[in-house]
Amino acid sequence: MLLSVKSIVCIKRVPDSEARIRVAADGTGIDPSGVKFVMNPYDEFALEEAIRLREASGSGSVTAISVGPEEAKETLRTALATGADEAVLLKADGSTDGLAVARALAEEIGGREYDLIFFGKQAIDDDNMQVPAMVAELLELPCATVVVGLDVADGRAVARREIEGGHEVVEFDLPAVIGAQKGLNEPRYPSLKGIMAAKKKPLEVRDISLPEPKVRIRELREPPPRTEGEVVGEGVEAVPELVRRLRDRALI
Amino acid sequence: MGRVLVYAETRDGELRPVASEALSAGCELADQLGEAVDAFTLGPEGMARRAAELGRNGAERVFVAEDPSFSHYSADAALRLLEELNGRDSYSAIVFPASAQGKDLAPRAAARLDRGLATDVISLGVDGGRPVATRPMFAGKAEATVEFSELPAMISVRPNVFRPQERSAAGSVEVIDVASSPAREFVRAVELGEREALDVSEAGIVVSGGRGMKDPENWALLEDLVDALGDSATLGASRAVVDAGWRPHAEQVGQTGKVVSPTLYFAVGISGAIQHLAGMRTAKTIVAINKDAEAPIFNIADFGLVGDLFDVLPALAAEIRRVRAEG
Ligand SMILES: Cc1cc2nc3c(=O)[nH]c(=O)nc-3n(C[C@H](O)[C@H](O)[C@H](O)COP(=O)(O)OP(=O)(O)OC[C@H]3O[C@@H](n4cnc5c(N)ncnc54)[C@H](O)[C@@H]3O)c2cc1C
Ligand SMILES: Nc1ncnc2c1ncn2[C@@H]1O[C@H](COP(=O)(O)O)[C@@H](O)[C@H]1O
Repeated sequence: MLLSVKSIVCIKRVPDSEARIRVAADGTGIDPSGVKFVMNPYDEFALEEAIRLREASGSGSVTAISVGPEEAKETLRTALATGADEAVLLKADGSTDGLAVARALAEEIGGREYDLIFFGKQAIDDDNMQVPAMVAELLELPCATVVVGLDVADGRAVARREIEGGHEVVEFDLPAVIGAQKGLNEPRYPSLKGIMAAKKKPLEVRDISLPEPKVRIRELREPPPRTEGEVVGEGVEAVPELVRRLRDRALI
Repeated sequence: MGRVLVYAETRDGELRPVASEALSAGCELADQLGEAVDAFTLGPEGMARRAAELGRNGAERVFVAEDPSFSHYSADAALRLLEELNGRDSYSAIVFPASAQGKDLAPRAAARLDRGLATDVISLGVDGGRPVATRPMFAGKAEATVEFSELPAMISVRPNVFRPQERSAAGSVEVIDVASSPAREFVRAVELGEREALDVSEAGIVVSGGRGMKDPENWALLEDLVDALGDSATLGASRAVVDAGWRPHAEQVGQTGKVVSPTLYFAVGISGAIQHLAGMRTAKTIVAINKDAEAPIFNIADFGLVGDLFDVLPALAAEIRRVRAEG
């Protein structure tokens, strides 16, 4: 029986996966000009799961929280339009240090009431895969990362996690932290009605300062180009040549 | 003088291949720092005996916690063992594999020890006597070198990047008592598919099929190629075919799938979208088979073959069998 599920969903604003990434002049970050920003794709699965749990239980709430610049308000507005009830922007220049962000989120979340804290499994900009498990640790909560299935009942949850070659089924008490992986659900998109309703939902903005980073980017650069490849030929006739090349490299 | 500590991952009481990879990454770093390497691992009874073999991969000391429940992953127990070790010695770096387990454990460990973590590291160095790590960001569209303000530096290394090395070290084993409870999470079951041994993220050779395969039944052609390539090969897929329900998500390579760095990657009937490249651009050798000579996949392939995959695949499998039989 699901009585009421209160969820918090942590949402990050990130460059679209199609975006061309150029390194900024300072050599430690990216040049954001011309880049389209979106909700981190994995956070869509996190948000959807939280909304479904509220719907299934008939009551409860979904609170979206983001650490980021003023523009992240748009991302939170999208979360509200999709179905979150309220949103909080902890305004700060982002950080690529997972622990710094996790501390800020844990501090905010620590003072709230919740059954579940949802995250995406990974932010597609820093690719850290850190924040969910770090928040769990800081709040001393059970945690399941890379989750593709979730059952919640009677203050306990069973999650299916993706591992190499299969799945691990883990059980734990609530409250708990979940890192959502693709496959957990099919995220819905904001309806026109949702977009209208979102305008009246609370979106709180608060300035914070992030802790000093413990990992710092010294240099960001374009990846080394792959050595120029070549087309060995066309059609079946080229097969022996291809295999010979692979043989030369001792690959087969 | 510090040391380097490495997490040797196990499943069901067996060391996993990523354990020796993490150890070789740890050794590479330790060599540059002029330090020695320790390993820690957990498993059921008998683990201590099996863990001694970590000496052959360069571990001077191996710390082992045994309990029947440690045949499954237990983050809490691993953290207790790690805290105990970190209290005893001063470590410059703690290295994990960036595997499913390692990516779960490393951030918990970093938060517990209040240290910074670099995920999915592809090379390690030392500058001014301190570790620095290089890692892809933005799905491989950029690469960062990062430094750590406080030690130990927490590092997880991308599978298949650091090759296991044979090097003899003492491998002296010490069993440490670590309580199995309380544990925040309890593993009820591990469900493995048929391809249990070879996950796409860990295979030496990956044969990926895309929409160009036309129909899920045509995967017999790719399976045959995998078979011809031998035990280190496995199947991968583009998102297009996973979304179509032709292949399981576990096989998906790319930004919303898995990141792979095999020695040999075949992209068959895959166009080479940026999100696919995100998952396989660190493969050592890339082979593309596509009938469209303009397909972007040819821009990053080491060897391209322009042609109809339905003609090429059977001929390729046959030729590979022939040369492999020649030895
Ligand atoms: C947020 C986001 C995340 C994404 N994540 C991923 C991801 O993780 N992984 C991923 O792969 N994609 C991902 N994508 C999708 C990606 O953009 C592409 O749509 C996808 O990779 C295309 O798959 P494909 O190459 O199989 O299909 P297509 O692009 O349709 O290419 C099929 C290719 O097959 C060739 N072909 C056709 N018939 C033959 C034949 N008979 N012989 C030889 N060649 C033939 C064609 O020339 C063509 O190049 C993502 C997209 C987004 C927006
Ligand atoms: N700045 C942020 N604000 C809110 N949530 C975040 C932020 N950074 C990371 N997260 C959450 O943590 C998940 C994993 O991010 P990461 O550890 O950076 O890969 C994301 O999918 C988000 O759910």
